[in-house]
Order: sequence, then C-alpha cells, then structure tokens
Amino acid sequence: MHPTEPKLVTAYGDREGDGMVQMSFVLPLPPSAKAREGAKRFAEAHGLTEPLVTTMEEAAAGYTYFVVYGRSSHSIDISRLEVSELETHTLTHDEIEERVAKRLGRRIVVVGACTGSDAHTVGIDAVLNYKGYAGDKGLESYKCFEAHNLGAQVENVELAARACALKADAILVSQVVTQRNCHKDNANALVELLRAQNHRDKVLLLLGGPRIDHKLALELGFDAGFGPGTKPSDVANFLVQRLCGEETASGRPLAPSKG
Amino acid sequence: MAKVPVDARVVDSCREIAANIADDVQRFIEGHTTVGVERTTARAYGVEGLDDQGAPLVNVLVDRCHAQGLLSHGIALFLGGALANGAPSVNDAAERLAYGRDWGPLPSDTGGAKKALIAHTRDAILRIDAARDQREATKAKFPAARTPLKYVIVATGNIYDDALQAKAAGFAGADIVAVIRATAQSLLDFVPHGPTTEGFGGTFATQENFRIVRRALDEASAAYGRYIYQTNYSSGLCMAEIAWMAAVERLDMLLNDAMYGILFRDINMCRTFVDQYVSRRIVARSGIIINTGEDNYLTTADAVEKAHTVLTSQFINEAFAKRAGLAEEQMGLGHAYEINPRIEDSFLLEIAQAQLIRQIFDRHPLKWMPPTKHKTGDIFQSHVHDAMFNLVGVATGQSIELLGMFSEAIHNPLLMDRYLSLKSAEYIFNTARHLGDEIEWKRGGIVETRARQVLSEAHDLLREVERESIWEAVAKGAFADVKRKRDGGKGFAGVVAKGPTYLNPFVDALEKGKG
Repeated sequence: MHPTEPKLVTAYGDREGDGMVQMSFVLPLPPSAKAREGAKRFAEAHGLTEPLVTTMEEAAAGYTYFVVYGRSSHSIDISRLEVSELETHTLTHDEIEERVAKRLGRRIVVVGACTGSDAHTVGIDAVLNYKGYAGDKGLESYKCFEAHNLGAQVENVELAARACALKADAILVSQVVTQRNCHKDNANALVELLRAQNHRDKVLLLLGGPRIDHKLALELGFDAGFGPGTKPSDVANFLVQRLCGEETASGRPLAPSKG
Repeated sequence: MAKVPVDARVVDSCREIAANIADDVQRFIEGHTTVGVERTTARAYGVEGLDDQGAPLVNVLVDRCHAQGLLSHGIALFLGGALANGAPSVNDAAERLAYGRDWGPLPSDTGGAKKALIAHTRDAILRIDAARDQREATKAKFPAARTPLKYVIVATGNIYDDALQAKAAGFAGADIVAVIRATAQSLLDFVPHGPTTEGFGGTFATQENFRIVRRALDEASAAYGRYIYQTNYSSGLCMAEIAWMAAVERLDMLLNDAMYGILFRDINMCRTFVDQYVSRRIVARSGIIINTGEDNYLTTADAVEKAHTVLTSQFINEAFAKRAGLAEEQMGLGHAYEINPRIEDSFLLEIAQAQLIRQIFDRHPLKWMPPTKHKTGDIFQSHVHDAMFNLVGVATGQSIELLGMFSEAIHNPLLMDRYLSLKSAEYIFNTARHLGDEIEWKRGGIVETRARQVLSEAHDLLREVERESIWEAVAKGAFADVKRKRDGGKGFAGVVAKGPTYLNPFVDALEKGKG
C-alpha cells in the first residue's frame, strides 16, 4: 500500500466521473431572467460546468430560491488525504462488561453535561441515560459504568469540580448550540481549566454534538469527538478501549486502577 | 372526521381526577407568592426602568423587600403605603422604596395603602383590556385563517434580523411567527431590558423586542392580507412578568406550561406552580392563547411507551388553566409526532393519538409539534418525515401546527428551509383538506386499539398521580422520565408564604374576571 498511487474521485451521478452535483441556495434578488443568469454564474463560480437552473422561486420579498444541477469540474486525490478517524473495535454490551470486570476490576466513572448556556440535553441524555437511543442502551444500562448526568447549563467550573470529586475517568461534554462558535470557546475553556488545575492528564475528555467531529475535538484539546449518529455503544467502546484496551495509536497507557 | 372510539365516562373520570390533582396544588398556590409574582405586580402598576447598574427597578425593589423579610405582605402594600404618604407616582414610590431608607415599622392600618391603589389597579386592568381590544379589532380586519395554522420560528439572536425574517415568513405563508428565546433566558431571574442584538440560540424576550416584532408583523399582515400571530415564551423564572409584557404588547400566543419549567429547566416546583397561576390569570384576561409543552416529554421518553403521559399531562394542564380562568379556546395543549419512524405502522400510532386528543379536547386550539428526535442530517429524508407529520395534522384537524424543518438537527432554520417547509405544508393541507372527513377506521383495528389503550393508560396514570400527589409523582419521574424534588431546583428561595396582611389588588382584580 505505498507509496500511494493517486486516486482521483469526483461526484457520481449515474456514470463514473460525470461529477453530477445538485445545489440549492437563496440569492438576495427578486426572480428575473438576470437573477437566473446570476444563479447560473454563481454555480459556475463553484466549479460546476453546464449548470442547469431547475427552480427559481421567490422565497421572500426580494429573495429567490434556486435549485441547480451541474457537473463539478473538481476532483479529489484521496490517496493524499490524512484524516484522524476514530477507530473503535466494536465490542458487544456483554463483551464490554466482561472486559471492564476482568481488566479494570472496578466501574468506569463518567460525568456528562451540557456546558455553558446550552440547554439541549437530547444528546447527552441519549448517551448517558438508561434509555439510550434507537434501541442502543445508554451508559447507565451497563453495570461497568457509573454515569452521572449533570444535565443542562452546567458551568465548566462546576463540571470540573464534580468530575474531580467523583474521581471521574471521563468527562463527556455535549455542545449543541453553535451560534458564533460558542461551542468551541466553551469546550476549549474546559480544557484550559483542567490544565490549570493539573487535572487534564487524569481524565479522558469527550466532546459530542451535531457540529462536532473527531478532528475538531482533537484541535480543541479533547481526546475524542462524536458527531451526529453517535450511539451510546460507540462511546462505551471508545472508553473501554482507552481505559482497558490494547495500547492505542496515541500510545496512551492503560489507566491505573484507582484505590 | 375519522373518529376513534372515546369512552366519555373514562374522559369524565380523567377530568375529575385532574381536578383533584390541581386542587391540591391550588391550595398551595393560594397561600404563596414569589419574587416573580411581586415583580409582575410592580410592573402592572407602572414600575419600569433600570438602576445605574442596569438592573430592572422591579428587581431592585422586590429584592430589597425580600431581603428585609417583608415579601409576605406583598409589594403592593408598600407601593400603596408610599403613595398614601405622598409619592406622586407609582414609579416614584418604587424608587423611594428601592433606594431610600429601610422600610421601618409596618403601618398598623393598611386602609390607606389599599385606597391609594384603587385607581392604579383599574388602570393596570384597563391597559391589558385595551391591548386585547386592539388585537381583536386588528384581527377582525382579515379573513379567519384556515387550520392548521402554520407556525414557524425565527431565531437569529438579533431582534432586527428577527423582524426581517418574521416578515419573510409572512410572505411565504406563515400564520404564526415565534421568536425563539436566547438559550438560558428561562433561568434568568430578571427580564432583560430594551432592544437586543446578541443572543445564543435565539433572541432575548424583552418588552421592547416584543414591540419591534409586533410592528413588523402588523406590517406583514397589512401587506399580505392575513393576520399574522406573534408568539413568545412565558416560561422559566419570569413566566408571569413575560405574560404581562406579552399582554400589554399585544402578543397572540405564549408558550406556557404548568410543569415544563420543573421538568426541563429544573426550576423549583413550588415556584413554577405559583408563577404559572399568576401568568395564566394575566393570559386569561388578555385573550392570549397558550401553547403547552407536552411535546417535550417525547423527546426524552419513548414516544410509543410514554404516549399516555402526554394525555395525562394535558388533563392536568387543562385543570390548572381552568383554575386560572382560561377558556378552553385559549388552551393550545401540545402534542407531537415523535415516534421512531422505523417502527412498522408508526404512522397509524401517530394518527390514533392525534385523533384521540382532538376528540377529547374538542374546543381547544391544539398545538401539533413536528418530529425532531429521530431527525438526522439527511435533509431529504427529513422533508418526507415532515410530510407524513403534515398529513396527520390536516387529517385529524389540528389547530396550530409548528412546521417541521428539513434542517432540524443541523442549524436554526434558514430562509430557504422555512420557505420549503411552508410550501410543502400548503401542498399537503390543500391536497388532503377533507381526508379526515372521508375516513372511517376499521373496527378493532390498529388505530382504534391504540386510541383505547392510550386513554386507558392515561386514566391509570392520573389515578396514580392523584394517589401520590403531583409533588411525589414528579419526584418519581412520572413525566418525561425526569425526577424533581419539591425543594430542589432553581428559584426556590424566591417563594414566600403569604402573611395575613398580604395585599395584591391587581391579582384580586384578575381573579374577579371581566366586568
């Protein structure tokens, strides 16, 4: 598998390499022949060739909604991409229980919260609460996890203090509200706080939310990021792997058993 | 309409039990007041403005009263006393009390204070009535809208952008525009002041922001020949104050729920029960339609297993609303299309519940909420999911429908998202306008069976709540799988038992009703 052969890909419509893309957008113009031409040029500026404006409708006074199809002139060499992807070897519920019992011999303590002004607990509830999501039970349903859901609008200071008091192995932060990037500031502030308290190395930090991905979480100083579609068992697997799995890519050693 | 069998005796029994549950709480409500209720009273009497630190005068005033241990008398007693002692206006009386000496020994005779407030109480009520009359006159200029009314939200954080987006929504066919509040406003124990242009997740509810959006929607109504309703949130620690602001600024609807704050914002139970009562007294007088929040139960608990908790809570919300003087026509009880769409025949379960609730609450402007919990980033699938929701809405005759957005779970709605949502709802409402009239459900089929089951389970749960009292039932997680303690949560320190001299002629006048 090296050195890598270039592998060019482009969007697939119904033939290899046709580059078919659909886009929809609003332009701040009333509908007109000129607006239609504007939409076409706008699509061309995005690299679409032969764009076809299939819909032009006034969505509000002075605003027009367009649907455009076109062929992308771009392609991507995926052989040159480096992406940090979270790879968790998936264990079943029972295997997780067994692994923790055997290798750690105690429960994994997890503290979770929506921090800052965020009041949207759907994500953190789905991961932590017994009920889980879409049939995938939450961490509360595992004997090997001790899950503390602090709920909504928890300040970083409070979250850090509780995590410390409970000797948490991991902190789960959920950030749903993303206006003006407050999710990033909030998340990063927690990392800074834990560093200042000399506690950052003693705990795994997980970040979740609809606009979160693993790469962003790493950039913000977290250990992992979980985006849309994350199931509680994904989080469980990650925690087990990091705390009592084989040595991982990051070289993080096995967590010591706490007295 | 495609009716489901509803056993009237069971429904009557549910209402009786709900009445007992609410009466138990009502006794507590009548014996207590809160800092929120007292601030509302001060506002109604005309106290306004900020101190030099930017704190609302009503907060400075009421906090000072509470700090001296005097709140059990009611702020009206002191405002009336200051007026009787020569304060030229209520606001001047409030300033003297807020910034002057300690309040000293109480007057042994409260007659002077009461007398001084008579004209001010009349003015306070007239102000609410004038706004109601103006709303009704404006509404009468336009043809009545067809239900389901199409409800959309705007949430830019900047009130001036909200006003623009609200007008755009009107252009695209919206009947109702709600400005989503800034995240966490429900936990503020004061109402921010003036126009605001910064807010996470939404825009602050302030009296000035209410005026700005009302003006925009009045303009949109005139431009598009349709009355466009304005909605905001009377919930959280300031639910009564916001109800008053909405009443005098001519809002049409308010999100207002007897238990939502307790369950979803961890606001203290005692605080919420007292605050919801006074907020609803104001709402009743003003003719505002409330929207209750039962839809939220199904975002945390399972929508198939816990469907009956929605109905149970609707009976309780109705009982509380009746005790605050609301007419059925003002009770927009909430429910939602939140069943996992991968479940076979989930559409039938949804339609059974929607129809059941329509029949039980036949005079109520029901609020029908779209799927959110099982939405992903697949906007195309999401649009289809919303279409099924719209079909149930029109077939079962829902009154107020918050339209689903295909970008749910991604971002606050963009202009295009709202436009496409309205376009699709209009198509479905029109194409299936009389679908419900044409259907009869199969005897003993899935829909009928489900409707019977949900009513029966709601009846059982109501009996359980009655046996334990609502305080205990909420503590045990009967609703939304959320557990709250009687003395836990935020705002408990702001609850005070009324003393024998407690005075509040404003609330007394509201309780006497119209006339």
